[in-house]
Amino acid sequence: MNFRQAYWDEPLLMEKRSGPDSAIDLEDLVPAKIRRDQLAIPNLSEHDVVRHFTRLSQMNFGIDTGFYPLGSCTMKFNPKFTEELAALPTVARIHPDQDESTVQGALRVLYELQDLLARIAGMNAVTLQPAAGAQGEYTGLLLAQAYHRERGEERHEVIIPDTAHGTNPASAGMLGFDLIEIPSKDGRVDLKALEAAAGPKTLALMLTNPNTLGIFEEHVLDIAQIVHDAGGLLYYDGANFNAILGRTSPGKMNFDIVHFNLHKTFTTPHGGGGPGAGPVGVKKPLEPFLPVPVIGLNGRGYHLNYDRPKSIGKVRAWYGNFALLVRAYAYILRMGGDGLKEVSDRAVLNANYIRHRLAGVLDVPFGGLRKHEFVASAAKLAAERGVRTVDLAKRLMDFGYHPPTVYFPHLVEEALMVEPTETETKETLDGFVEALKKIVKEDPETLHSAPHNTAVARVDEVQAAREPILSWRTLKSRKPLS
Amino acid sequence: MPSDEDEMLREMGLRSVDDLFADIPSAVRISKLDIPDGLPEDRVVARVTSMLAANRTVVDMPTFLGGGLYDHFVPASVRAVVSRSEFYTSYTPYQPEISQGLLQALWEYQSLICELTGMDAANTSMYDGSTALGEAARMAHRIHGGRIFLIPRALRHNRRAVLANYVLGAGLEVREVDYDRESGMLDLAKLKGSLSPDVCGVYIENPNFFGRFEEQLEEIRAMTNGVLVVGVNPIAQAVVRPPGDFGADIVVGEGQPLGTQMNFGGPLLGIFGCRQQHIRKMPGRVIGLTRDAKGHRAFCMTLQTREQHIRREKAMSNICTNESLLAVAAATYMAVLGSNGLRRVAAENIRRAKELAGAIDKITGFEAPLFHGAHFNEFVVRRKKGYAPVHRALLEKGIHGGLPLTRQLPELSDAALFATTGRHTPEAVQRLLGALEAFR
Repeated sequence: MNFRQAYWDEPLLMEKRSGPDSAIDLEDLVPAKIRRDQLAIPNLSEHDVVRHFTRLSQMNFGIDTGFYPLGSCTMKFNPKFTEELAALPTVARIHPDQDESTVQGALRVLYELQDLLARIAGMNAVTLQPAAGAQGEYTGLLLAQAYHRERGEERHEVIIPDTAHGTNPASAGMLGFDLIEIPSKDGRVDLKALEAAAGPKTLALMLTNPNTLGIFEEHVLDIAQIVHDAGGLLYYDGANFNAILGRTSPGKMNFDIVHFNLHKTFTTPHGGGGPGAGPVGVKKPLEPFLPVPVIGLNGRGYHLNYDRPKSIGKVRAWYGNFALLVRAYAYILRMGGDGLKEVSDRAVLNANYIRHRLAGVLDVPFGGLRKHEFVASAAKLAAERGVRTVDLAKRLMDFGYHPPTVYFPHLVEEALMVEPTETETKETLDGFVEALKKIVKEDPETLHSAPHNTAVARVDEVQAAREPILSWRTLKSRKPLS
Repeated sequence: MPSDEDEMLREMGLRSVDDLFADIPSAVRISKLDIPDGLPEDRVVARVTSMLAANRTVVDMPTFLGGGLYDHFVPASVRAVVSRSEFYTSYTPYQPEISQGLLQALWEYQSLICELTGMDAANTSMYDGSTALGEAARMAHRIHGGRIFLIPRALRHNRRAVLANYVLGAGLEVREVDYDRESGMLDLAKLKGSLSPDVCGVYIENPNFFGRFEEQLEEIRAMTNGVLVVGVNPIAQAVVRPPGDFGADIVVGEGQPLGTQMNFGGPLLGIFGCRQQHIRKMPGRVIGLTRDAKGHRAFCMTLQTREQHIRREKAMSNICTNESLLAVAAATYMAVLGSNGLRRVAAENIRRAKELAGAIDKITGFEAPLFHGAHFNEFVVRRKKGYAPVHRALLEKGIHGGLPLTRQLPELSDAALFATTGRHTPEAVQRLLGALEAFR
């Protein structure tokens, strides 16, 4: 496939010619001591501003532009009707401190979404407050700590397999917990290592299933048993939920706590890095500790319940990313139980199909089936031809594909983590496979100097970190880059 | 033509997609999800729209709530820009060559926030103003090492609650500093009494929780060697000297007023900026300026060794997904308004709030603003005979009054926090005043 991204030599907003500052009389409005005389933000025409950002958008690649098999990120189609719903004034123009009687529609959506998510995950209760998966993890660990404390236990060890997402150890670290990382065996949790790690200090095990290699942990019930026997809790990282909808559930696998990534599984758009939404579901014994307020329903209607003496308190100022929650709610109604099962069926089929077609092109370490994603390795290519994963990734862009996740998980050398999602056709998958087949045979120099067809050539990330210039103010105060 | 599914299965030598789930043990299998079957798009739209119609928006009901979120006018161009699907359907810009547009927009956002606040660096966002405060306290501890973080007692309770959960792992103790009962500003004598070598940081807000401008930044800076964290309203910053001028180390704030709707409290935009000397201790994603292989200016995510995917349990924060699209909205908003527009909006907010407070104060039994001195776009209204019945009566008349302060500060249980942005029509204001008159 031929692809050439637009390139505009677009100046910074601050480099554009600004209109004059108009005088404004602040004398009676702001005390002299703190009054500001000048603000160095350019005065531009609205047309120029819209043109500026439109040009920038043309130098960006979204899932509406092309195939985006970014492993662990579930870049599926974002349905347009949910965008229309989220823009309704009945969503956008309500204040979170409004009296409950004036926001019954919003509270009902939250209440029903909690219920749907709980059913999907096999959990008993859900909080919608966390803003993203990482905050869901943080919330989940706080809940686990509260649960143990109520039993008079101070537990501070969090067990994490070496395949875990980076947010898992970071969330545990932020809370001051000790991290026990256990090595994998054949791409799966090593039960012996887990047995050795679990004990009276175990707060929780954080696990994603299927794991980041796309492998389903078949011994999940044994894993649960080991952790529960030690008195610990099981935390499910929901980043890979797209693989198992309607086939199994975290609840059925004996997990106690789960976070959902609504911007992955339930397709709220990722917005170039957010906003997302990371609700957390729990089993009954953990329900009393959920953040306040909890959305309730009684004879007078839906209400916000703050009277929760055992609650961990709050992790966000209000009730969660409501405009995203509305989108996810509408998506779940649209798909239904039947449709969501088809989602996972097709996501898994697509991943296994690409893996099958790449046999002989790239190695895929560890045997067995894959779920919604798989991790290939370019180690052999690197050893034989000096072509590394980074080169394959950069070259894929020249063919109009966003690269897979690279160099993760760490236990696979020269890793490429491919997650196609269910909304891609066989035609798209075949095109991607053909491009990769062609690329691995190309002259190494073409690959080392890739990409060639994107807005800019390979970016010097080392320079950016060596002398960080994070703003126009800093840039102005320095010598121009030579 | 065979379907995609059939063809793929055939090519893989499989009979059914069930074969691909053979690795899920029967003990954990479920046969289906326990939720209703799917519905066509038109029915979902009709159902959700009618469900939401039970909400009363600020359009239907004059609403005088602020307390951290404000109903500012958002030019249509902002929505047009963030509706570009090249932006909103992209992921975090891990691959800079194909993501220059978003990277430049986010770098411009960082730059504009720095202009507003007088900081050298800003990240691409935190989840909201409250988590930005939580992260700032943690960062103050990383910079200074002390174990105590001081905050104003007059602080929106949801910010305090979130802060409490963010400092747990760092073992920080949060202590409150009371406000001056006359001015509503921080009580400097009390602050002085609270300072000690173990205080890693002091947090103050300008404007503060009462909407009152905090005029003592210079004095507060002089009093402490700890990290000074200032919480701002970004619109007010257009007419107020930036915290950087007063020697602040970190600036945080709720960025929702910059082009994002209230959305029932989310998504929001956590502003986070700091001085250059602190950037390696800053949480969150940041965009840096560099060159490509051909020497063109280019942008990329940088200082990633601070982050969770590299540093794991030693990361500055676990944040990964943030609120980037809202940062693009904020950049667009600031660019569309420009310096002139932002300063005009800020001045108009002050003027309108001043007029409204003056009009309420004229009504017998009401006092507004309760605290003397200059305010931004909100202020405290007190009714000595009790405020609760007023709130209920307003609701019955289809008007939403300010935020009752009972749950925030017990000494203000007869008061409420009223906000206006210049978006209230004269009729809406007259309806409010008329309804308050009935309580004379």
